Amino acid sequence: MNLDTLYQEVILDHYKNPLNKKLSPTFDAQVHHINPSCGDEITLNLTAVDGVITAITWDGVGCSISQASVSIASDLLVGKSFEQAEAISDDFVELMQSKGKKVGDEAVLEDAVALAGVSQYPARIKCALLGWMAIKDASIQAQTK
Amino acid sequence: MTFNPIEVRKDFPIFTRTIRDGKRLVYLDSGATAQKPQSVIDAEVDFYRLHNAAAHRGAHQLAEEATDLFEGARAKVAAFIGAAVDEVVFTKSATESLNLVAYAMGNAPVGNRFHLSTGDEIVVSQMEHHANLIPWQQLAARTGAVLRWFDVTPEGRLDLSQIPQLITDRTKVVALTHQSNVLGTINPLSEIVAAAHAVGAVVVLDACQSVPHMKVDVTELDIDFLAFSGHKTVGPTGVGVMWGRSALLEELPPFLTGGSMIADVSMTTATWAPAPAKFEAGVPNMAQAIGLGAAVDYLSAIGMDVIAQHEHALTQDLLAKLLDINEVAVVGPLNMGNRGGAISFTVAGIHPHDLGQFLDSQGIAVRTGHHCAWPLTRSLGVPATTRASLYLYNSVEDNDALIDGVKSAMRYFK
Repeated sequence: MNLDTLYQEVILDHYKNPLNKKLSPTFDAQVHHINPSCGDEITLNLTAVDGVITAITWDGVGCSISQASVSIASDLLVGKSFEQAEAISDDFVELMQSKGKKVGDEAVLEDAVALAGVSQYPARIKCALLGWMAIKDASIQAQTK
Repeated sequence: MTFNPIEVRKDFPIFTRTIRDGKRLVYLDSGATAQKPQSVIDAEVDFYRLHNAAAHRGAHQLAEEATDLFEGARAKVAAFIGAAVDEVVFTKSATESLNLVAYAMGNAPVGNRFHLSTGDEIVVSQMEHHANLIPWQQLAARTGAVLRWFDVTPEGRLDLSQIPQLITDRTKVVALTHQSNVLGTINPLSEIVAAAHAVGAVVVLDACQSVPHMKVDVTELDIDFLAFSGHKTVGPTGVGVMWGRSALLEELPPFLTGGSMIADVSMTTATWAPAPAKFEAGVPNMAQAIGLGAAVDYLSAIGMDVIAQHEHALTQDLLAKLLDINEVAVVGPLNMGNRGGAISFTVAGIHPHDLGQFLDSQGIAVRTGHHCAWPLTRSLGVPATTRASLYLYNSVEDNDALIDGVKSAMRYFK
């Protein structure tokens, strides 16, 4: 197994220059998620208008995989309806659980396909999912507000 | 005969395999679990192949053999830590050992010396592993006792100046780690033990990171309870040890109840067998305890002082080489006095998880994260570290492989 399949350039770029890594002053839902096995933490704000996600901002500490993954998701899922975001998120979870057998649909997942290599490293799947699970949780809270 | 880790490695079959496409295994994670020599594997397998029966039950030859082997392992462990045989209780893990003491104290009725209530205090430290923090934290919550703790200095030592404020007439238990699994700090005990005993408190020692690595004698340390795990001591998983002074084990109520821990039973009442049986309900983990007996035989044949000296020299070498790298910060004492072979560090710009992953690609096994000591890593302001922990089968070549790996990772993640 080549380490470069895990650490694609696009991941390291997002890690060094993360998108939306500044908590917005207003939000419809705020969540705090922790990965208890490694100590990674994230706080995430989500705003929606008429069922469409209009902003995702976050702050947190974590490895390149967790930070890049939330950076990618916070960009990809903005402008999507809750239903669309959930479908994309489900695709991403499926890719993570594919044990290296799937490459992911770039038309749907965009930069997130760069995380496909994570699925070959079982210990890192939780890192990649941290931000996505936070967004899922925040979406549910924003919808039931 | 001089000690040679390369020769020692031949006793451990795992070192004949390779890692990640043919790389030599550089195992620097013995603080999490140690590798096993062939003699331990044989002892466990032979028990199942040749002697398997339920110890302390049955009137047949196999039951006799199983009992002799199991009790023989207890005698070996007792000798290894300077204890009386009946003071050694086998558990499934050190975590269970510490929970046993905490839960048993929680069961103590009014009038029992271990009874806790509002106004009593339990003292721990900020450098405890979760296994020696949460049982006490929860015992305090259940009984109304107050949990207090020693702070950790920026250098990673206990702040002993707090002894007079912390250990008072209200103190019932002082539970401390002997050696920090994160910092490598070996805690000086004599002053704390004296202060605890002066106020009638008992001292519980988490010796998971000390018993495998140096001579630990419970009589010399003058402590009251001690816990360590088999699998960190080159023994099998699924076995731990709880040692307690016999007078205290007599007064301590049981934790788990059931078969073989009783003196007499009626439909509504039961009385207890003397220790250690009182604390070993059910058919015991015989194969694992016997494997642990073989493990302490293995370590004793080499000599704990020899192992400690080897690790000391190796730790000094690795610390110096790590500190030579500008981007590296060591979390824990830099001074070799009272310091064991667990070295936690951070590398500027590289998250420990990414460093661990890179090192793995080079065949190097380290631990990353908060090391089950979250309050400690948070107090030190480092959410996670990378930890290399050294043991008897590690060599200077392993240290050099780690240093090369860290430098390569710095180029990779630049």
